[in-house]
Amino acid sequence: MIASRGGRSARYLVLGVAAVLFLVPFYLLLRGALSTEQQLVGIDHWTWFPTHPQWSNLGDTFHNSTVPLGRSMLNSLVIAVTQTVLVLVISGMAGYGLARSTVRYANAVFYLIVATLLIPAAVTFVPSFVMVSSLGWVSTLRGLIIPGLFQSLATFLFRQYFLGFPKELEEAARIDGAGPMRTFLAIVVPNSWGFTAAIATITFIGSWNAFLWPLVIGQDQSAWTVQVSLSTYITAQSVDLSGMFTAALVSMVPLLLMFLFLQRWIVAGVEQTGINE
Amino acid sequence: MAEPAVTGAVPSTVGPSAARPASPRRKWTDSPHLWFWVFVGPFVAGLLVFIVIPILWSVWLSFYDARNTVTPTHFVGFENYSRMLGDSAFRSSLVTFVLFAAFIVPTTFVLSLGLAVLVNGVKRGKAFFRSVFFLPTACSYVVAAMIWRHSLFGGTAAGMVNTVMGWLGAAPIAWLSVVHPPWYWLVLVTVRLWLQVGFFMVLFLAALQRVPQQLYEAAALDGATGWKAFRYITFPQLRATSTAVLMLLLVNAFQAFDEFYNVLSTTGGYPPYARPPLVYLFNIALGNGQDFGDGSAGAVILTLIIAIFALLQGRLTGIGRRDTA
Repeated sequence: MIASRGGRSARYLVLGVAAVLFLVPFYLLLRGALSTEQQLVGIDHWTWFPTHPQWSNLGDTFHNSTVPLGRSMLNSLVIAVTQTVLVLVISGMAGYGLARSTVRYANAVFYLIVATLLIPAAVTFVPSFVMVSSLGWVSTLRGLIIPGLFQSLATFLFRQYFLGFPKELEEAARIDGAGPMRTFLAIVVPNSWGFTAAIATITFIGSWNAFLWPLVIGQDQSAWTVQVSLSTYITAQSVDLSGMFTAALVSMVPLLLMFLFLQRWIVAGVEQTGINE
Repeated sequence: MAEPAVTGAVPSTVGPSAARPASPRRKWTDSPHLWFWVFVGPFVAGLLVFIVIPILWSVWLSFYDARNTVTPTHFVGFENYSRMLGDSAFRSSLVTFVLFAAFIVPTTFVLSLGLAVLVNGVKRGKAFFRSVFFLPTACSYVVAAMIWRHSLFGGTAAGMVNTVMGWLGAAPIAWLSVVHPPWYWLVLVTVRLWLQVGFFMVLFLAALQRVPQQLYEAAALDGATGWKAFRYITFPQLRATSTAVLMLLLVNAFQAFDEFYNVLSTTGGYPPYARPPLVYLFNIALGNGQDFGDGSAGAVILTLIIAIFALLQGRLTGIGRRDTA
């Protein structure tokens, strides 16, 4: 496209302003985390920077008697890692089967999956809660992990991806006598790490940030996830603002680190999730 | 499917492969049905147990008087349904979410597409802008709601937006507790825009990069640049992506819970306004009453509404047709 000089600077101006607006919330998070409680609530005017950054807030936030941040971060980590690994296995295999199988009803099964995709999981939280509570899984890791393992969206995306996977590679293995499982494990999986990493990232972020289901199932404090812990700051009678922001900042560290190191990869992954085909 | 390839390859090569079909290793793979279920079975089984059965169970519960119990005995027919439909709070929650979806879906669409076009058009700093807009994807609704509620739109003069407005001579606004005008909408809508625009921008960026450059060159010869080039080349080329983005946005809008709950709830309560259906159902089914009958009836009504929306949208955008390809 041919853009005039004026058009180009206007474009940078708009992008620059937007970039600042997008960064403001991160600045506010950092500002809140490094402030004393007084600076946040005790005065009636806004301060742009905490005069004495409270680095000790970071350690203190793990010693809060009402919000078990350390425990809930561990819970979240166990849940997110387990869900990510198992979703990749379950949806990856299902996606491959749906893309390659010659059985006639494969398409019917696929449409059933698409149909459940259209019913948001959140609408089913009442029935799912009924189900999980009658299994006795309330406030257990099982109850937090297992119902989230069957992600229609991940299966859908894997199927779309495998439809575009070059068949020639697999045929070579077939000629050598490998069955579908060996072909899958020896040829398809090793050549699909980029896409798998993309789904892994999206699943991990979704799992770490999930709120409604952990809120419903994690009723005992020992089963709280990090998001549930954080939300108790909000609904508490007296809000400990600096503690709240510090905990929020700490809760983002795993994802921010992931973004820092995997940024290029994550973006490339989102780009090729197959939604654009 | 692999069979013809194997037999086709046999004549051109030498004998040994002819012995392969008889080898004992090929057992379960002989049956396409068996291998299909080995791969797809675990997922489908889980889907049935944790999605389909709960939905059916919910339909069953919705016809019973089920307070504090999931094994009710008292059949009440459509009583729960008529109570929910007659409940003005439930109806207003439906209105809330229709309004919310009607606003957030097109706004996110336009903003993410606009940012993608701008970022795609710059030579320097492309990676920087993309990263900045994408970064909020790492943030949760809970954390974002905290920032919005306590720092950005803090209701006192010490809130950031109120401070900036103060420079312009405007009086501070109690963003979350004023109902007329409904300022809380501005808070709720900006949280979601900030969190999701970057993700969809990346999807659009990827699609923009695939638009063949020759199309623009040809159009430029015909005098179509700028807006015209966007209108007649870019936008039609983005059709598949746009369809997918619209569907994901709609599904996301229906899920609205996290930011509403965390922006507006108070100790043991939630104000009577800006209550989307999931917040309302959450209170009915899992609040003090534990009314699974009413909660299930509400969930069924909501599911039906969503199904109708999804079908309508599928009709309009033709998403079902594409999948058969």
